[in-house]
Amino acid sequence: MMYPWLWRHLPGPTWARATIVVLAIAVVVFALFEWVFPWVSEMLPYQDQTVGE
Amino acid sequence: MSAQSPPHADNERPAPAVPAPRRRWLTIATGVTGEVLVTAGILLGLFVVWQLFYTDILSGRTQHAALEDTDFAEDFRVPPVTVIDGVVNAADTEAPIELIPDELKVYSPTGAPITAEPAAPETFGRLWVPRWGSDYVKPISQGTDREVTLDRLGIGHYQSTAMPGEVGNFAIAGHRTSYGKPFADVDKLIAGDALIVQTEEAWFVYRVTASQIVLPHQVEVIAPVPNAPGALPTTASITLTSCHPKFSAEKRFIVHGELEYWAPTGHGYPQEVFDKS
Repeated sequence: MMYPWLWRHLPGPTWARATIVVLAIAVVVFALFEWVFPWVSEMLPYQDQTVGE
Repeated sequence: MSAQSPPHADNERPAPAVPAPRRRWLTIATGVTGEVLVTAGILLGLFVVWQLFYTDILSGRTQHAALEDTDFAEDFRVPPVTVIDGVVNAADTEAPIELIPDELKVYSPTGAPITAEPAAPETFGRLWVPRWGSDYVKPISQGTDREVTLDRLGIGHYQSTAMPGEVGNFAIAGHRTSYGKPFADVDKLIAGDALIVQTEEAWFVYRVTASQIVLPHQVEVIAPVPNAPGALPTTASITLTSCHPKFSAEKRFIVHGELEYWAPTGHGYPQEVFDKS
């Protein structure tokens, strides 16, 4: 469906497409670990350890 | 009409003609939904990996860097030691480790050099807890904001509570899970355990007196006299706060302690650093 569609629309031979996919996944995971997850975790209270009003 | 669709006797249209595109859309919708769900599952899995492992690595690194930035007389790296009859020697070279002589120990907060409260998130001290391992030493930094202090630097000092050795309540918070989890074993502390705070000017040896589990809004645990808000303090207390139960924000695990003695830095380590854990 969407993933096969993306795959079909990537340019180049199979090895080039595979390289693009690996790079894209690396970029996505990096963005998640650096910015998205820290931001999400701020919203979640299960890690709070301070007392306060 | 193709040969595969024989003409019908009545005016009914051939069976596959209408359902075909509908089935196609159904297949696409199901497929995309499946992919979205699988993707969501992978994202949740990645979040767990990030929370449980990656924050430990990142935060562990910044905490170690913060320790290295503290330039106190006694190094935070202590070699493995052997303790025989109160004499502490390096395990490999048998070189004696300098211990604070008794005459320098002051068994009251009187005269203790008090570090001025810095701006967040400056690191101003180190916490040594032999119960948590002979190599347990972590930086203490200013503030209890998660993003600024606790998630990066580990242990944070509640703003405007007493500083180490000061009469009042030196209150600090730390993660019990992930982010380097400085207070992972907060529930293992028992009365009498040493909590040793090192600043640029002095060593402060506190002793655990009590622990309790409270609700997050019970700020009286960090009052100048713990659990007695409004009372005038006469002793130097220490209070540790962490979450409870693990991976939950429902309650807080609290440990209280009292200052036993303080001593100036530059004359060796307190004997308690080498207490058996």
